[in-house]
Amino acid sequence: MTPAAARPPIKFDILKTRELGIVLALAALVLYTTINNPRFLSGQSVRDNLLNTAILAVMATGQAVVVITRNIDLSVGSVLGISAFAVATVMSDHPGLPMIIAILVGLAVGAAAGLLNGVLVRYGKVPALVVTLGTLYMYRGITYSWAGGSQVNADELPAHFLNFANDNLLGVPWLVLIALLVVGATTWVMRNYRVGRELYAMGSSPPAAELAGIKVARNLLGAFVLSGALAGLAGVLFAARFGTVDASAGTGYELNVVAAVVVGGVAVFGGSGTVWGAGLGALLLTVISSALAVLDINQFWQQAIVGALIVLAIGADRLVAVRIARSLRKRDAHV
Amino acid sequence: MAEATALLEVHDVTKSFGAVAAVQGVSFPLYGGEAHALVGENGAGKSTIVKMLAGVHRPDTGTLRMDGTDVDFAGPADAKAAGIAVIYQEPTLFPDLSVAENIAMGNQPLTRLRQIDRKAMHANAERLFRRLGVQLDPTRPARGLSIADQQLVEIAKALSSEARILIMDEPTAALSAVEVERLFSVVRSLRDEGAAILFISHRFEEITALCERVTIMRDGKHVATELVADLTVDDMIRRMVGRDLSALFPKQTVEPGEVMLEVSALSREGVFRDISFTVRAGEIVALAGLVGAGRSEVMQAVFGVDPYDSGTVKVKGKRLKPGSPRAAMAAGLALVPEDRRQQGLVMELSIERNVTLPRARKLARLGLLFGGAEREAAATWTSKLQTKLGSLSDAVGTLSGGNQQKVVLAKWLSTSPQLLIVDEPTRGIDVGTKAEVHRLMSSLAADGLAVVMVSSELPEVLGMADRVVVLREGRVAAILSRDEATGESVMYAAMGQEAA
Repeated sequence: MTPAAARPPIKFDILKTRELGIVLALAALVLYTTINNPRFLSGQSVRDNLLNTAILAVMATGQAVVVITRNIDLSVGSVLGISAFAVATVMSDHPGLPMIIAILVGLAVGAAAGLLNGVLVRYGKVPALVVTLGTLYMYRGITYSWAGGSQVNADELPAHFLNFANDNLLGVPWLVLIALLVVGATTWVMRNYRVGRELYAMGSSPPAAELAGIKVARNLLGAFVLSGALAGLAGVLFAARFGTVDASAGTGYELNVVAAVVVGGVAVFGGSGTVWGAGLGALLLTVISSALAVLDINQFWQQAIVGALIVLAIGADRLVAVRIARSLRKRDAHV
Repeated sequence: MAEATALLEVHDVTKSFGAVAAVQGVSFPLYGGEAHALVGENGAGKSTIVKMLAGVHRPDTGTLRMDGTDVDFAGPADAKAAGIAVIYQEPTLFPDLSVAENIAMGNQPLTRLRQIDRKAMHANAERLFRRLGVQLDPTRPARGLSIADQQLVEIAKALSSEARILIMDEPTAALSAVEVERLFSVVRSLRDEGAAILFISHRFEEITALCERVTIMRDGKHVATELVADLTVDDMIRRMVGRDLSALFPKQTVEPGEVMLEVSALSREGVFRDISFTVRAGEIVALAGLVGAGRSEVMQAVFGVDPYDSGTVKVKGKRLKPGSPRAAMAAGLALVPEDRRQQGLVMELSIERNVTLPRARKLARLGLLFGGAEREAAATWTSKLQTKLGSLSDAVGTLSGGNQQKVVLAKWLSTSPQLLIVDEPTRGIDVGTKAEVHRLMSSLAADGLAVVMVSSELPEVLGMADRVVVLREGRVAAILSRDEATGESVMYAAMGQEAA
């Protein structure tokens, strides 16, 4: 029954090649843009790209974890908004608070929002798409009614808060360091710790995960809390970077985040893909939009290109899946 | 062999789902070093027992006892921790994860920093595969493994958790004879090391080959627990169904009519070659042969699901367009596939919707489907087939295996076909339902339907078929008439040996 000895082992490096593919696409894009406009690789331009990527990558990390469990979190843009507004309000009221408190406030607001998402998905037995579409509007609505048309301006915020976005540690901006830390640590946990593998297992086959005795409820809540908390953290970074925060902060971000995750190779049906792939996806999307600006291409093209990338990414996944299935079937049929 | 205290004791357990009592007051013991069969018709409550032992369901009343003390499983994790491993009828692997990860899930070896020790995990998987005498690459993903290999991974999983109680819910339904023997030798060695085995199967030859003790259930109730040696197969069947099954395979003799299907010199590169046979109205023709002989593939090509390279398929003398199931259906063909979960049914849809799926167009008025026509058609056929169901609007997935098979049959019979192709019509269904399916096929043939049956069960082939086409390695090895077909002649042809 198992003539495995006679079969050459198929190489299953396809998932790894997705990350490689993104790196190659990035390299080609940067090369082409730089040839056309050498300033694209100047210090300021690189810095802007990285800073813009940081916020998206932090959110994509949480989203990737949720998508790996075969769920989705559409509320992240609204969570960013409510967190940014909350943190900006707190910091303008209490300018003496240190940065770490601001970060903790953002994380807490986001985690609470994520917890509600998780509870509704798990115990309400409502698909995540529906739950988080609902909370997308809910969290945004709360922010609007709280703000009541007002906004927090940069001159109301303490200097150390605003400087955080521009300060460096050993030449690397704090924002970028935080993003790297978040992406790196989450990738590491998802790869090497039991809980990480359980999250993959849950997305790969939900009924089998239940039967295997995996603590599905705990893990699922954890995934949504992480996604919410990271969106909350992104809210802090957003407020620090842009200084002016109103109730509409982060509107529409959820689609960029999902796009980054999908382009980064996380399968929408869960179970496969990597967090750092999602981080690369965020970088690629950011670089594309700035490259289009540098190349003086109509920015409306940007959306079409992002859309095409998503279709391409999903198409590639399908193609690979079909190929693998066919080659495996052939091997089994002719034993 | 039996020890004084049972390793595990099911004591007077009851479990109801809504108004339906799935299990009522069932008790039996599992002893270490012994294989225990659990038999009963579909819907007798076997799977419910399994799920209680697995920690998926909790008994409403009654207890489970391990080593004499009551245990209460809050979930599968508890049952697993108590040393119970379950191999389900349909493997429960994670397709995206590697084989080694599948085996280790939940108790992966850890390094000092509580990270997963991949090297140890792979070594562990390799050690288990060596012990099982199989060769599988632990690093490959579980996706694409054959059913047999998936079962082996499940067994490796049970071994790695050092289970003392191994429960197998129809593990052999999709395996070939060689694979079954391989599985059994593994199970026997586990048993000899002191594990208790609970084995659920519809195949009596397997039960007598493997098990020492048997518990028989009927309609959720315990009928008997006896030593297998003390019972004949007939005894077991009688107690399972509560009636005598004098004629298991009642094929009526029918005067064959015109030639319905003529397959000539059909070939597909690397799959089958030069296949020719005919089927007349009122005939049942069986396609027999070993697993992998190309039986299903031939019929898939005839129906147009798969392509073929050369040869012709004629229905009532007219050439059938190759590669078009739609043309085949229009010509009066119907195919009941082997894998009803994958190909035959949409599990989430209602029973009536499933039954009427192939002719939804015909039932539609102005392009819309109205419930009435759909329900009526579904009600006619499901009642003709004596399908046990709550309501026609229930999802098909809620039915037992045998009743699902009936819904598949109802679905195709409602198209009023003239030629019915059934692939393993009774796989995984119980004796009583099997007899009903057979009776049904026979009466359909008597009404002038031509039937082609692909079957791996020799008694079924011999009992039902007017003619047996034996395939071997993609070629016709023999065509035997009802009189010529015996267990020996069919097996000899299938295995490529001369009759002694």
